[in-house]
Amino acid sequence: MMDPQGADGAPGIVVSEHKVSLHGDWTLRSIAPCVSGLRRSLAAVPAGAAWSLTEIGRFDSFAATLLWRAWGGKWAASLEASESQKNALDAISRHAVQRLPKPACWTLIDFVVGLGATVLVLLSHIADMIRLVGQLFLDLVHVLRHPMDAPLKEISAGVYKMGVKAMPVAALVGFLIGVVLSYLSALQLKAFGADIFIVNILGLGIIRELGPVLVSILVAGRSGSAMTAQLGVMRVTEEIDALSAMGISRTLRLVLPKVVALTLAMPLLVLWTSGMALLGGMVSAWIQLDLSFAFFVDTLPKAVPIANLYIGFFKGALFGLLIALIACHFGLRVKPNTESLSANTTASVVTAITMVILADAVLAIATRSIGVPL
Amino acid sequence: MVSLTGIGTRFGPTVIHEGLDLEVARGEMVSLVGGSGSGKTTLLRHIIGLTRPYAGQVELFGEPLFSGSATVQRDRRRRFGVLFQQGALCSALNVAENIAFPLRELRVASPAEVDTLVAQKMAMVELEPHHAVLMPAELSGGMVKRVALARALVLEPELLLLDEPTAGLDPDRSASFVALIRELHKRLSLTVMLVTHDVDTLAALSTKIAVLAERRIVSYASLEETVTFDHPFVERFFGGEQGRRALARHHGEHR
Ligand SMILES: Nc1ncnc2c1ncn2[C@@H]1O[C@H](COP(=O)(O)OP(=O)(O)OP(=O)(O)O)[C@@H](O)[C@H]1O
Ligand SMILES: [Mg+2]
Repeated sequence: MMDPQGADGAPGIVVSEHKVSLHGDWTLRSIAPCVSGLRRSLAAVPAGAAWSLTEIGRFDSFAATLLWRAWGGKWAASLEASESQKNALDAISRHAVQRLPKPACWTLIDFVVGLGATVLVLLSHIADMIRLVGQLFLDLVHVLRHPMDAPLKEISAGVYKMGVKAMPVAALVGFLIGVVLSYLSALQLKAFGADIFIVNILGLGIIRELGPVLVSILVAGRSGSAMTAQLGVMRVTEEIDALSAMGISRTLRLVLPKVVALTLAMPLLVLWTSGMALLGGMVSAWIQLDLSFAFFVDTLPKAVPIANLYIGFFKGALFGLLIALIACHFGLRVKPNTESLSANTTASVVTAITMVILADAVLAIATRSIGVPL
Repeated sequence: MVSLTGIGTRFGPTVIHEGLDLEVARGEMVSLVGGSGSGKTTLLRHIIGLTRPYAGQVELFGEPLFSGSATVQRDRRRRFGVLFQQGALCSALNVAENIAFPLRELRVASPAEVDTLVAQKMAMVELEPHHAVLMPAELSGGMVKRVALARALVLEPELLLLDEPTAGLDPDRSASFVALIRELHKRLSLTVMLVTHDVDTLAALSTKIAVLAERRIVSYASLEETVTFDHPFVERFFGGEQGRRALARHHGEHR
């Protein structure tokens, strides 16, 4: 048993003639407060001096490194030290010259490689996406043929988590946007004396465009990121591998319920949010233009053909599908480390929002002759 | 060095520890043994300060764990090294960066010195130099353990807390781990507290054995005394086939 000699003594150096003797505790913790002073004293020791380490209490490998550097990378000509101190120095001497391999530096070739890799990654995203959609389709067929395997509980949990729980925030955002939109339009319309067209503007704009896009952005940030992070963490903790090992299809259990749930929940959420936005618009129109609620509700069906509601529903479902697919796609691509998790979550939200707006633009052109009163 | 008095822990209705006392003196190598789920990891987490017991007092280096200013508490944390049961490496850093991390935080050593120390620690746990650039996700289970051990050792702390250090290592590596800890113990008058289920490691290393059963430390004594201690857990732990063989090996070495 070693005696507890570690009574803390500050490290010190005594230089006399050609003899250097060190005393005190030479450990990282005791050296830390006075490291620059010690470095200087060590450097000032004349070459060829005789070193004595016998007075030292505790001696760790940081101290050994300091000494080894002071000696210029070779053993001191004359050294008095205990066996274990010599061992520590010896261990350092073996590793002081050899450099650790470093991650390679960035060169021009890497730029070309990086460019190529970007293209390949893009292709692999597309391939993965197609594979995912195909697999989901097969799973759907499987579920239709074996209704017992349908992940109904997961789907209903998904509708609750992604739909019902998003209702308060969607209502708030929708209502406020409605108020703002109505207020701004009312200012202009008043100038032309075209007050009653507020119903057309709000009805068409909110039901057809704003409602679905607004909800999509909200849901992409809220549920899309959650989905990606959940799948990603399951990858990091090897849960997904464990599921595969148990013979459970990860698409059937993890991806399909999310995709189905969001595709079902989104149209309802769009309806709810659009309703709230119209309510906000109504309140604002009433205050600003003195249009009564009864008039607003009366005029709405005449000003906005019912086809617009169907388009809104369809957009909701389509955007929900897109968001869920993209979120799951990125979630499954997460590599088992935290960096990749955060990168994929960001990519998931950004891509989902971009794709939704892209799809919205395409739809706007495709449906330009439907449901627009001339 | 470590002093636990009247520790009580509960998760919801389940009581894990109750009136647990343990006093570890400087220079001891204490093995903490106990059944799976008996609360060994939880006890280590109390000592580290990650969780707080609902009753009792944890003292480290003679002071209450949560006393003093933020700097004092931080410096206290730097005096011990921890090896977590699952390794707990930073997944965004490679092996060398993981090991160097506590050292860099200290801002004492120059980059070249950090490199030397990291290389030496890697050799100590028998990692090859080319493993330095691997990411944690690319390591085997045993390699994760060894990197985590190197990281725990890099500051050469006065107190080492090891949660199952040899689980997942092959017998050869376990033996060299034991030799390594012994060498460090001699040179740095290190205090070690380890959780282990491996009787070989336990017999080779420990100066004292703490048996955690029935929510408290039922026995805290040397190996010889513990073996003769009359308790069902001790009987099963050392009396089983494996335990007897390991003890026989241990006695053989010492004759
Ligand atoms: N955060 C927690 N919440 C609830 N219960 C917990 C928590 N952490 C641990 N437990 C419970 O405390 C008990 C002790 O856990 P602990 O991890 O300390 O066991 P252990 O002795 O280290 O076991 P092993 O040898 O298997 O590692 C277990 O029954 C566990 O279920
Ligand atoms: Mg444990």
